Amino acid sequence: MSVFLHHFAPALPEIFVLAMVSLILVIDAAVDDSKRYLAYALSLITLAGAAFLTVRDFSTMPVLALGGLFIDDPLSDVLKLFLYLTVAVVLVYSRDYLTERGLYKGEFFVLALFAQLGMMVMVSASHFLTLYLGLELLSLSLYAMVALQRDSSVATEAAMKYFVLGALASGMLLYGMSMVYGVTGSLSLGDMAIALQDGTDLHVPLVFGIVFIVAGLAFKLGAVPFHMWVPDVYHGAPTAMTLFIGSAPKIAAFAFVVRILGQGLESQVAEWRDMLVILAVLSMGVGNLAAIAQTNLKRMFAYSTISHMGFMLLGILAGTQNGYGSAMFYVLVYALMSLGGFGMILLLSRAGFESDQLEDFKGLNRRSPWLAFLMLLLMFSMAGVPPTVGFYAKLAVLQAVVEIGYVWLAVAAVLFSLVGAFYYLRIVKLMYFDTPHDTTPITTSPDTRFLLSANGLAVLALGILPQPLMAVCVHAIGASF
Amino acid sequence: MFGQSILSLVIWVPILAGVAVLATGSDRNAALARWVALAGALLGLIVAIPLVTGFDTGTSAMQFVEKAAWIPAFNVHYHLGVDGISMPLILLNSFITVLVVIAGWQVIQDKVAQYMAAFLIMSGLINGVFAALDGILFYVFFEGMLIPLYLIVGVWGGPNRVYAAFKFFLYTLLGSLLMLVSMIYLYFQSGGSFDILTWHTTVLGMTAQTLMFFAFLLAFGVKVPMWPVHTWLPDAHVEAPTGGSVVLAAITLKVGAYGFLRFILPILPDASHELAWFVILLSLIAVAYIGLVALVQADMKKLIAYSSIAHMGFVTLGFFMFNPLGTEGGLVQMISHGFVSAALFLCIGVMYDRLHSRQIKDYGGLVNRMPVFAAFFMLFAMANAGLPATSGFVGEFMVIMSATQVNFWFAFVAATTLIFGAAYTLWMYKRVVFGDVTNPHVEEMSDVNAREILLLGVLAACVLAMGLYPKPFTDVMHLSVVDLLAHVAQSKLP
Repeated sequence: MSVFLHHFAPALPEIFVLAMVSLILVIDAAVDDSKRYLAYALSLITLAGAAFLTVRDFSTMPVLALGGLFIDDPLSDVLKLFLYLTVAVVLVYSRDYLTERGLYKGEFFVLALFAQLGMMVMVSASHFLTLYLGLELLSLSLYAMVALQRDSSVATEAAMKYFVLGALASGMLLYGMSMVYGVTGSLSLGDMAIALQDGTDLHVPLVFGIVFIVAGLAFKLGAVPFHMWVPDVYHGAPTAMTLFIGSAPKIAAFAFVVRILGQGLESQVAEWRDMLVILAVLSMGVGNLAAIAQTNLKRMFAYSTISHMGFMLLGILAGTQNGYGSAMFYVLVYALMSLGGFGMILLLSRAGFESDQLEDFKGLNRRSPWLAFLMLLLMFSMAGVPPTVGFYAKLAVLQAVVEIGYVWLAVAAVLFSLVGAFYYLRIVKLMYFDTPHDTTPITTSPDTRFLLSANGLAVLALGILPQPLMAVCVHAIGASF
Repeated sequence: MFGQSILSLVIWVPILAGVAVLATGSDRNAALARWVALAGALLGLIVAIPLVTGFDTGTSAMQFVEKAAWIPAFNVHYHLGVDGISMPLILLNSFITVLVVIAGWQVIQDKVAQYMAAFLIMSGLINGVFAALDGILFYVFFEGMLIPLYLIVGVWGGPNRVYAAFKFFLYTLLGSLLMLVSMIYLYFQSGGSFDILTWHTTVLGMTAQTLMFFAFLLAFGVKVPMWPVHTWLPDAHVEAPTGGSVVLAAITLKVGAYGFLRFILPILPDASHELAWFVILLSLIAVAYIGLVALVQADMKKLIAYSSIAHMGFVTLGFFMFNPLGTEGGLVQMISHGFVSAALFLCIGVMYDRLHSRQIKDYGGLVNRMPVFAAFFMLFAMANAGLPATSGFVGEFMVIMSATQVNFWFAFVAATTLIFGAAYTLWMYKRVVFGDVTNPHVEEMSDVNAREILLLGVLAACVLAMGLYPKPFTDVMHLSVVDLLAHVAQSKLP
C-alpha cells in the first residue's frame, strides 16, 4: 500500500478529479432536472478539493513519478491552482447563461472537469506520451463542449472546424515528436534534454521535427498562420464555452509549450527562437489588425486572443528563465482579463439575447455605471494601459525580449499594441460616449455580479500591486528549471 | 505625522477624493458631488502647501524624498521626490484643479460625479508624473492620466468629441510606447535599475542615444505638442469641455516639457547637443508658423490652442539653448502659460455658456453688455501677447535674451511671436469685445457672476504677481537648473 501511495501521491489531485468526475457522471444520470444543481455543486467541490490537495502537497522541488511520465514541481502546482480558480469562475459565470438556453446539464460539468483533468495532465507531464494524452483529453472535451448546443448550426459548424483542424494539429505534433524521438531515442523530456546537451549529428531530422512540433503548438495556441479556427470557434460556440476555451486552456497551453521547448528542447533554443519570432510578429500583426474590422465582440476577442498569444510567445522565445516567468505572468493575467471580458458578455446576455455585438455595449455607462467601469478596467488592461495589470504583463515580456537584444522586436510589439489600443478604446467609447439603444434593465444574480466585480477590480488591484503575482511566477519558474 | 509623506498625500488625496466623489452616485446627488469635489480639490491644494514652505532653495538635490520597494522582481521602486523644476508644476496643477472644479459647477449637469471624479483622479496622477523618480512609476502616471482625459473629452465634449478623443489618445500612446522600450533598454544598460537619477549617470553610446532621443522626443514632443505632431491639440481643445481645455493647456502640455528636462537632456546629453538644431528648428517653426496659423482661426478655442503650441515652442527653444537663462525662461513660460491659457479658456467658457458658440463672428460688442468680463479678458489677452508687467512677458523675454547669446537669428525668429502673438490675440479680442452689437443674442448676455469673478480674479492676480515680481519663481528653480545644465554639459559617451 505504502509503495503504491508513494508512487501515486504526486498525482493525487488528478486521481481525485477523475474519481469525482466518474461520480458526477453516475449521480447526474440518476437525478431529474430539478436537482441539476447537484452536478454544479459537486463540480465546485471537486475543484476545491483538488485545490486543497495541491496546496497540501505543494512541492518545493521537482519530483518525478509514474516512472518518469509525470512531474510534480512548483510550476505545475502553481498553474494547477490557477486552473482550478479559472474553471471554477467559468462555471459560476456560465450558470445563468446555460440555464436560459437549456444547456444546464450534467454533460457540461462532466466535460468541463474532463477538460480540467486533461489540462492538469498537460501541466504535469514530463513525457511526450503524457503531454499528448493530456492534450487530447482536453481537446476532445472542448470539441464536445462546442457542439453541446445541438440545434445550433453555427455551433455545430464551429465544432466540426475545431475538430478537423485540431486533429490535423495533433497529427503534426505527433509527427514532430516521432522525429525528435528518432534523434534522441527517448520520449521523456528530461532524457531528451540530456541527449541533446552535447549536440547531435542528426541535426537536420531534429530541426525537421522541431518545425512540426512548433507548428502543432502554434495550432493549439492559435498563433498566425495557424489561427484560422480561432475566430470561427470563438464566434460559433455558445458564449459559456467560448469563455472556457478562451481562459483555462491558454494556461495549459503555456505549460505545454514551456515543457516541450523550454525543458525538452532547451539546448535547441537557437533553432526554435526564430520560428517563434515569426509566429509572434504575425500573430500580433494579424490579430490586432483583423480585430479592428469585427463587429461581433466574440470574434473581436478571438482576434485579440491571437495577438495576446503572440505577445506571450515573446516571453517564451527569449528562452531565459526571465522570459518564461514573464510569459507565465502574461498568460495568467490574460486568463484573468479574458474571464472578465467574456464574463461581461455572459452577464449582459439573457434568454434569447446574446449581447455579443459591439452595439450591445452602447451606453452601458447609463444603464449600469458599475458594470461599465469594470469593463473599462478590463479593456484598458487588455490594451496594456497602466495602472491596470495588463501593462505589467506587456512590460514583463518586453523586457525579456530586450534582454536578449531583440530591441526591434520590442518596437514591433509596441507598435502592434498601439493598433490594438484602438479597438479596446472603441468599446470604452461605445459604453461611455454613446447613448443606449437597448434599455432593458440588467438583471444579474448576486454571486455572478460579485465575482465579476472581484474579477474587474483584481485587474486594477494587481495593477497597483503587481509584485505578489510576479513573485509567484518568478519563483515557480526558478524552482522548476 | 505626515511630514515624511507629503508627496504621497499630494498624489493620493485627489485620487481618493475622486473615488469619494464617485461614491456619491447618480445625478440626484449632484450638489453633494460638487461639494465633495471642491473639498477634495482644496484639500489637495492644502497638502501641497508644505512643499512651498518646507522647500530648501539652497540645494539642487531631490527633496521630500520617499522610497520604498514596489516591484522587486524588476527592481522598481515607489520613489518620489521633487526639485526646483517639478515643485512649482505640482503646485500649479493642484491650484488649477480647484479652478476646474469651480468652473464646472453649473455648466456640467450630466453625470456630475463622474466629471468631477475624472478631474480629481487625473490631478493626482499628474502630480505623480511630476514627483516620480522611478521610470516605471513615471510611466504608470504618465499613461494613467490618459484614461480620465480620454473620458473627459469623449463624454462631455463637443459634437466631434469621439474623433478628438481617439486622436488624442492614440497619438500620445504612440509616443509613450516607444519611450517604454527606451526605458527598458536603459534598465539593462544601467545594470538593472529603473531609477531616473541613476539613468542620469548611465554611460550610453551615440547610436543608442540618438535612437532613444527620437523615441523620447516623440513621447514628449506629442505631449508638448511640437510641430508637426501637434495636430491632435486643436481638435482635443475644441471638443473638450471648458475644464478639459483648461487642464489640457495648463497642465498636460507641461508634462511633455517636463519630460525634456527630466529625461532627454540629462539622460541623453550628447544626442541633445548633437540634435539641438533639430529641436530648435521645430520650435522656431512652432513659434512663427503656428503663430500665423492662429491668426486665421475662426474658432476662439482653436485660436488659443494654436497660440498654446506657439508658446510651448518658446519653452522647448529655451531648453535647447543650454544656458540657465533659457531653461529658466522656459520654465517661467510654462508656469505663466499655465495661468494665461487657463484664464483664456475660462473666458471662452464664460462666453460659451451664455451664447453656445465659439465662433468669433457670432460675437462683437461684448463690452457693452459685459464690461467687467471685458476688463478681465483684456488683461489675459495682453498677457498672452506678452505685454510687460504680465507673466507672459517674463518667460518670453528670458528665452529671447538667451537665444541672442547663442545665435542672433534664433532670437530674431523667436521675437516674431511678439508681433504675431499680439496680432492674433488682440485682433480676436477686438472682433469679440469691441464694435457694435450685431448679434441680437449678445444683447441678452449677462455679465460675469460672483463665481466667475472669483475664478478670473485669482488668475489675474497670479498673472500680475508673476509679471511684476518673478524672482520667487526663479529662485526656487535656479539651483536645480544649474545642476541640470552641469549634467548636460558632461559627455556620457563610453
